[in-house]
Parts: sequence; structure tokens; C-alpha cells
Amino acid sequence: MPEQPQQPEGAIAGTGAGGAMDLAASEATALERGPGGYGGRGGQDKPRSLWSDAWRDLRRSPVFLASSVVILFLVVISVWPSLITSGNPLQCDLAKAQDGSQPGHPFGFDGQGCDVYTRTVYGARASVTVGVCATLGVALLGSVLGGLAGFFGGAWDGFLSRMTDIFFAIPVVLGGLVLLSVVTSNTVWPVIGFMVLLGWPQIARIARGSVITARQNDYVQAARSLGASPARILLRHIAPNAVAPVIVVATIALGTYIALEATLSYLGVGLKPPSVSWGIDISAASPYVRNAPHALLWPSGALAITVLAFIMLGDAVRDALDPKLR
Amino acid sequence: MGRYVLRRLLQMIPVFVGATLLIFLMVNVMGDPIAGLCGERQCDPATAAQLRRDFGLDQPVWQQYLTYMGNVFTGDFGTAFNGQPVTELMATAFPVTIRLTVVAILFEIVIGITLGVLTGLRRGRPVDTTVLILTLVVISVPTFVTGLLLQLLLGVEWGWIKPSVSPAADFGELIVPGLVLASVSLAYVTRLTRTTLAENRRSDYVRTAIAKGLPRRRVVGRHLLRNSLIPVVTFIGADIGALMGGAIVTERIFNIHGVGYQLYQGILRQNTQTVVGFVTVLVLVFLVANLLVDLLYAVLDPRIRYA
Amino acid sequence: MRRAGRARWAVCAAAVLTATACGSGAGAPGGAGVLTASWGDPQNPLEPANTNEVQGGKVLDMIFRGLKRYDPRTGKAENMLAERIDTADSQNFTVTVKDGWRFSNGEKITAKSFVDAWNYGASLRNNQKNAYFFGYIDGYDKVHPDTGTQSADTLSGLKATGPRTFTVRLSQKFSTFPDTLGYPAFAPLPTAFFTHHAAWLSKPVGNGPYAIQSYTKGSAMDLRRWNAYPGPDKARNDGVTLLVYTDSNTAYTDVLAGNLDLVDDVPATQLKNVRTDLDGRYINTPAGIIQTLAFPYYDAKWNTAGARKVRTGLSMAINRAQITETIFRRTRTPATDWTSPVLGTAGGFQAGLCGAACTYDPATARKLVQEGGGIPGGQVKITYNADTGSHKQWVDAVCNSINNALGNDTACVGNPIGTFADFRNQISQHRMQGPFRAGWQMDYPLIQNFLQPLYYTNASSNDGTWSNPQFDRLVDRANAETDQPAAVRLFQQAEGVVRDNMAAIPLWYQNGSAGYSARLSHVTLNPFSVPVYDEIKVG
Repeated sequence: MPEQPQQPEGAIAGTGAGGAMDLAASEATALERGPGGYGGRGGQDKPRSLWSDAWRDLRRSPVFLASSVVILFLVVISVWPSLITSGNPLQCDLAKAQDGSQPGHPFGFDGQGCDVYTRTVYGARASVTVGVCATLGVALLGSVLGGLAGFFGGAWDGFLSRMTDIFFAIPVVLGGLVLLSVVTSNTVWPVIGFMVLLGWPQIARIARGSVITARQNDYVQAARSLGASPARILLRHIAPNAVAPVIVVATIALGTYIALEATLSYLGVGLKPPSVSWGIDISAASPYVRNAPHALLWPSGALAITVLAFIMLGDAVRDALDPKLR
Repeated sequence: MGRYVLRRLLQMIPVFVGATLLIFLMVNVMGDPIAGLCGERQCDPATAAQLRRDFGLDQPVWQQYLTYMGNVFTGDFGTAFNGQPVTELMATAFPVTIRLTVVAILFEIVIGITLGVLTGLRRGRPVDTTVLILTLVVISVPTFVTGLLLQLLLGVEWGWIKPSVSPAADFGELIVPGLVLASVSLAYVTRLTRTTLAENRRSDYVRTAIAKGLPRRRVVGRHLLRNSLIPVVTFIGADIGALMGGAIVTERIFNIHGVGYQLYQGILRQNTQTVVGFVTVLVLVFLVANLLVDLLYAVLDPRIRYA
Repeated sequence: MRRAGRARWAVCAAAVLTATACGSGAGAPGGAGVLTASWGDPQNPLEPANTNEVQGGKVLDMIFRGLKRYDPRTGKAENMLAERIDTADSQNFTVTVKDGWRFSNGEKITAKSFVDAWNYGASLRNNQKNAYFFGYIDGYDKVHPDTGTQSADTLSGLKATGPRTFTVRLSQKFSTFPDTLGYPAFAPLPTAFFTHHAAWLSKPVGNGPYAIQSYTKGSAMDLRRWNAYPGPDKARNDGVTLLVYTDSNTAYTDVLAGNLDLVDDVPATQLKNVRTDLDGRYINTPAGIIQTLAFPYYDAKWNTAGARKVRTGLSMAINRAQITETIFRRTRTPATDWTSPVLGTAGGFQAGLCGAACTYDPATARKLVQEGGGIPGGQVKITYNADTGSHKQWVDAVCNSINNALGNDTACVGNPIGTFADFRNQISQHRMQGPFRAGWQMDYPLIQNFLQPLYYTNASSNDGTWSNPQFDRLVDRANAETDQPAAVRLFQQAEGVVRDNMAAIPLWYQNGSAGYSARLSHVTLNPFSVPVYDEIKVG
């Protein structure tokens, strides 16, 4: 390959010394410390960790604030749905099936004649719980296992990576029918546990790839030669630089888990009737999209807003963790 | 590198055994499949017992597994309940699914990475917002609905495509199904590219490249993109297997008799031989795809060595 | 934002609606006189005695003709290959086969073609799932014992007595036996079936109005008119190409786009649009299928005098008219007895037999459930399988109806089970705790077929193990009765016993439905909801 200044020596020498210049010159503002995090803004003497810096940045980010408000709102209506609706999600009158909106029923009725607005509000609890908890579980388990595999390499990597291969191979339908059909509990937790069990390999592979890249960085080599412990290197130096792809995948996966819950319910192994969730309503309304698009629109819209809030939150967290942006 | 590849190939053996055993046990746990074969009535006990004997279901599980694996190594993957050899099912299903997956992966690579680069370089601009909205639509509207509406619009109203894919299923017919299949993964690829690109934009090597006066296109293509692709490549590599085995909805909507459909039918009918046969091949696909991804890491980032 | 979103969807829906009104036309593959029709992959090898579902049944109906054939309109069993079937005692029958019939490979059809075929179907070692159809014939217990191995290869009650005559001796009196002989399991088979079995399976040969030209398992079957077919029901088109669809909705869309001529089983989700979509090219005719809710009588809670009142109360809490109208768009008709309208009044169908017990009356329903001591276990769980037939929709609707009638949001919930096999396993292991879905598609259009297999003590489809000596006695008497109208009357009395005990809650009679392209005419469905392919005209 001709003329490939891949890793210019100058750049390597410059890393860690701080100073950021941007590709787009207009954004290039100034200075600041390197990835390790020393020195400080505003003339404070005490060195602070990257994580506390990130938190300080987050609190000032309008994107973070906006998405937090939305998420807070979702949490509140999940806990107290009756705050914004007086209806009963299980009260359905088949005579009104697929009717459009009418006074007192702004979103119209679904195929069973249930009030779409009430069901969308009540559906938040199961769907937000499933989405958030499954994502947290998958992200934690996946990034810990994937991160360790990528960091230590060798036999560890071999073992963990082949485990992900095996778990990847289990078809969701088969796993659901086998593992969830024995469950009698009518809560969201078996469903969440199932998603974590089958979902972690995806994040693990992403995390592993990112850690493998990040551990090659010069500041990691530097920390290592300075005698930092593996735990410190992983948490202080590698994690902040490897977390971005995990956040991206996790925030999108959040939406797909909410939808997956519906697939499981459709198979008869998810939430048992008469549960209410966006996923169940979306999958029930989908075949009738030609006749009653409104019954699909509202639960889908609620799902979209939730995913949007978490994507924006993820973006804000990532930005806050990126020292080069300061 | 040769030794590394060899080691990885050897690792496939335990994974292969583990995965097949796991799937075998799972299908077995689902219970007796014979009861589902006699319609809305009880199978007469004699025929049911005879069928169980014929399919080897009367033996202990470990023995069933050993017999099965023994047969697999002689190329006999058993028969489906309708009397068709599983190898025959695989021979018709896999070529179609491979074509469908290729189309979907191409969409992911071409559209996904392009949109990712565009949005990554123009964060917060209209194009970024538009792509974000599209992403949300793709995530929150089920594939079933997108597929159905595309089929009705393109297939019935505008007549651009045939609503269903013929048994031949050539690449041309698979463009729309491939797009539908790729849609959710597209969202991942786009946002992964966008984020890693935005992160690496401020790296020192990029600054250096710019400082050296390299043209912008070269900086983006050669330096920036190449170093941003590792998470994207990881995702796509893992997605190949998922797309091949999990295209159930897409295959149903567009009448594609592929792996996802056959696997789904096999699972619902609890046909161990179909399910294990198909999953076995899928496991091999996963293993090879992951090996290729790991080899690609070193190509994308020369600092990474085969460990 | 909200407004824009709505508008976009509305446009989409409108575009789709207008689009579909003008679909169809030329361009369907297969040639001028050949029609294309939707199909599903048969679940079993295409042997007549091994085919127990409608997709395989479609093919058998085209390539086979038996001793009798059920009239596609009236359902009455009429002689086809049988010249006559004589009996003096309803137990010994002499069958004479018509002269001049051949298989499409040229082989002559003789008495032996039937005797060999029936012996094959009954024999345990051949794994034929419809073997029990031969269960009335003497010697069946030797050929097909309940346990162990068979001690005979042929039915002792079956003898070829001449080139065109054979005798059948039954193990009990069964006056309507000749009328069951239209079922495909009783079809004759050519020698090639036995000598070159694998080859026959890959391209079956029969004696019907069509012959198979090519068969690609899993995707398509090409049938062409057999020009030398000797029967009166010659095909009026050049042939039929059956195409396997993964989903009936896709087949429906293909009809709209003009890529397919005939879709039977129009998906429920499209029924609201079908009349405008297809401009009237849609048929919806009664079929011999009834849906009921069965009960677990092995559970003591459901087997009490009070529980009978509760069952009647539940029946009256179901608004059948509204559910069949809204959910099924009139492809189901509210049931008022336990048989099917396709039997006709002469065949034993009695509209309104169920009376008030099948009429929606929330107040009485509430009262009866209370009088009966409330719902056993506090909650009705309607068990169904989730993998086929979108049962969830009607189960949810039935539950909502019951909940509204009883004034309790959780009086009734659906209880989905992942796979049909698991559903059947749980039923046969007696693990139902409440009512469960029971669908019955008749094998032959006789009132006996709607009662005996379902409610007779220990019958093959008596999944709830309901047992009533009075019912059993009446059925026995009816089977022994040689006079057909008298037999039907006895069966009706037996049905009265089912009603008085509300042994199962009748829900609705199922129709067959089909949509077709503009180049087809004379499309009808027979009482088994199978299209009458031979009558369809193309162009």
C-alpha cells in the first residue's frame, strides 16, 4: 500500500499532552487535558476523575435535560397511569371496534373496542420496564464479559467468544418456547431474564471489538508501563473510550426489546393476558393497518418517543465521556 | 496468522458439539411432537407409538443425540414429518436465504455506512435529524407493517414488483425483501458509524492528516472511516447469522421459503431433525463470520495483532 | 407533529385502498386455460389414508375418486365408482365397482384396487394417521392393535369376491357406513403405489379428473386435466397450478396484483376490504366446521350440577352475533346447535336447538353463574394454541364479552399455549383447568360424525372426557337403525342430551371463503371448504 501515514509518529507523541484541534476548524475551541483526566477547568486544583467531569458536563447539557424530563414522565405514568387517564384498559366494547376518535376517546378504539389512549398510557409500565431493565441487564452483562474477553485476550477470549457463538445460535422462538413456557409467573421479570440471557452476546461482541481497539492506544500502553493495575486501566482508560458503541447499540436495542416482548406474547409465552403493553397492542394492530392505522400509530408513537429519549440520553452521555470534545 | 486461524478452526469443534447438544435438548424439552400430527383428535396409541419408534423418540435423549450425530457425519440429517429429507429442505432453503442475506448486508454496508458518514460529519444538521426520525420509524413500526405496506404500494398499486417472490428467488426479486429485512440493522449500522466517526474525528491522526494537507475525501475515506469501522464490522459480522436464521417475518410476507421460515415451522412442529440440522449450519455460519471479523480487525487497525 | 403523523397514515391507507380496487387482470402464469391457486405445504406424505388436513386434501380431491363422492353443493353422498352397495343387516356389505374406470397410468380399477388400499391404510406398520377410519371393519384389532405388534396383515372382514365385487364385514352394525366411503382414505390405489412407493410419493397417480404433471415439494404442484377421465365431473379447465404460500395474506395480495387466480381462506384481516378489493369476486359459503368450547370433566369442579348452570351462563354471556360480525366479518355464523348447516335439515341439522342458552343475555348469564356457585376456581381461563389460526382475537373477544356480562374485568382471560403439539399434549394428559378451544371439521357430512367422535364415552376426540350413558345408548341405537330418517332422529335425540347438559358451548359455524381473479368464473367451495377445482372456468 503506497503512502500510508496511518499512525503518524507526531500524532502519537502528541497524544496525552492535551490540546484538541478539530476537523472543522470552526468547532476547534481549545485545550484541556488528555484522556487520563488531570488538571481542571475553572482553576480547581484537585484532580477529578473523568466520570465526575462527565457528570458535571451532563448537568449542563440541554439534550440530557430534555431526554431526562421525557424519561421521568414515562416513569411517572408507568407508576401512576391513573394520573393522566381515568379509563380502564380492560374495559372493551366490541361494538366500537376500530372506531376513530370521539369525545373522551381522543385516539379512538382498537380491534377489540378498547380505548387506545388508555391502553397506551397503561402499556407504558410493562413496556418501559421491559425495555429499560432488559437493556441494562444486557448492557452490563455483555460489556463486562465482552470487555474482559477483549482486554485479556488469549484463552479467556477464546472461551467467552465461543460462548457468545453458542448463545447466538439459539433461535429466539425456540428459546422462548422452551424457557418461557414453563414459567407460570405473570410478571415482566421472566421475559426480561430471557432477553438478557439471549441478548448479551450482541453487546459482548461489540464491547470486545471496542476494547481490542482501545487497548492498543498509547495512553493505555503508557498507563501500563507506569504500573497501573488492570482494573484501573480498564475502568479509567479503556472503558470511557470503548463505551460509545455499546451505548449506541444498547439504546437502539431498547426499542427492539419492547417489540420483542410482543413477539413473545404473540407466541403465547410472553406476558400473559390480560396484560397491557405497547408491544402487545402494536402486534395486535399491525395486521389491521389498512383499516385502523390509528390503533397502531399511538402505541408505536409512544415507543418511538421512548427510544428517542434514550438515544438522546445515550448521545449526551457519550459526548460527556469524550474528552476530546471539551 | 496461519496458526491463529488453525486454532480458531479447532475451536469450532467444541462449539459445534455444544450448540447442537443444546438445541437438541431444547427441542426435546418442548415435549412430544407426535400429539400435534393428528389434527384435532387424539392420535391412536398404536400409530403414535409406531411413529415415535420410527423417529427414534422412544430412546433416551443421549442415545437419540448420539444416533443423530452419527448420522450427521455420514451426511444424513434425518427427515421432516412430511417425509422430506432435511438435506433436501436445506438445499432449497439455504441458497434463497443466502441471496436474501447478501442483499440485506449490502444494504447495510452501502446505505448504512453512507448515512452514518453523512450524519457523523454533519451532526445536528437537517440530514442528521431526518436520519434520526427514520431510525425511530424503523424501530417502532414492526417489520411486518413496513413489509406489508411496501408490498401493497410497490406490488399492487404501482406494480413495480411482484408482491411475492417466486421459488427461483433471484437477486432482482429480493431487493425489496432485502431492504425490509435490513431495515432495523440499518438503524444500528448508521448510528454506530455516526458515533464512532464523530469520536474519531478529533483524533490526532486525523488532525495530522489534515495538517499534512491531504484532501478531505482522502482523510475521511482512508483515515477516519477505516479507523471507525471496527464496531460496525463487528455488528455486521454478528448480524449475518441473525439475518439468515431470523428472517421469519420477512420470509412470510414475501413468500420466501428460506431458512427462517423452515426453522420456524420446524420449531412449531417440534421436529428435532429439521431444527438441529438448520441450526447446525447456522452455527457454522456464525463461527466463520466471527473469524472473518476478527481477521478484519487487523486489516482495519494494524496495531491489532492476532493473539 | 401529531397531525402530520396522522395525515401520513391516512394517505397511505387511502392509497392502498384505491390501489387494490383496480388490481388483477392478465399475466397469471400457467397458460391460457390453467389457473393458479394458493396452497399450503401438506403436513404428511400424500397417501390417501395419511392425509388428515385440508392442504393435502385439496390434491387428493383432484386426483382421486372413491366409491362415493359428496355432492359439492348438497354434501349428499352419491355413487361414483360404486355401482351399488348392498346390505341386508347393516353389518355385511357387498360392493360392486363400476366397469370402465382406470387410473391415469392406464391400470384398470378392480375390487382389488380397493381391498389392497384399505388393507394398506389399516395396517399399523404403514403409520397411516387415518387408519382408525377402517376401525369398524372386522379384524381391525388384529391389523392395528392398540399395543404391541400386529398379528395379521389384512383385514379379515374384507374380501375381493370377483373382479368388480368385494365384501365388507363390520364388527358392529353401522347403517350409514356406505355414506362414509366418500372420505379420501377409502380411495382405490394403483399397483405402482405398492411396488414403487417412493416414486409414487414424489408424483402420485390416481383416478381423478386431474393428473399430476410435476410436483416440487415445498413450492408447487402442476396438475393437468386428464382427458381420458371416465367420470361425469370432467375438469372444465386445462389444469391447476397449486403454489405454496407461506402466508394466506401474501396469496391474497398476489390475487390483488394479478399474479394468482384463486386464494381460498381469505385472511380475516382483509375481510373488511375484500368486497371492494375484488369487486365482488369473493365467495363465503358454509363449511362443515363448528367451533366450540370444551370443558375438562375430569376436573371435579367442572363436573357438578352447579357447573352445568355456570356453563349455560357462560354460553349466554357470549355475544356471538357481535363477534362473528366484527371479528370474523360474517365468515362465521352464530351456532344454535352442535352440528353444521351443511348437513341440511334432512341430515339432522336443527337450527335453534340450543335455544335461549345460545342467545346473548347478560342478566340471565350473571344470574345462572351465581346460582351455579360462581366460576370454578374464580376465573375462566380459555386455553388455545397460539401458533395457528389467530385464535387470540376471538378468545379475547369472547373473554371481553363474558367480562362485560358478568361485570368483572378479569372473570375470563385467554391462556395461550405456544405450539399445537403442546396444546394437544396438555389436552391428552388431562391438564386443562377450564374451557379450551375445540374445533371440529367433519370427515363426512353425517350427523353421526358431529356427535359420536366428540361426545361418546372415550371417543377419539372426546377431549373433555364427557360421559353420559343416555347419550351413548341413543348413539348405539342410531347406528344400528337401518332406516336413515329414523337413525337421524335418534342422533337428534342424543344431541338433545348434549344440549341439556351443555356438554360443550357451541360458538359458531365456520364458513369457507375464497377470492379470485377476473378471469375465473364458476368458483365454488364444497362443504369441506375446498374449492371445487374441476368446475372452475378460465377466461
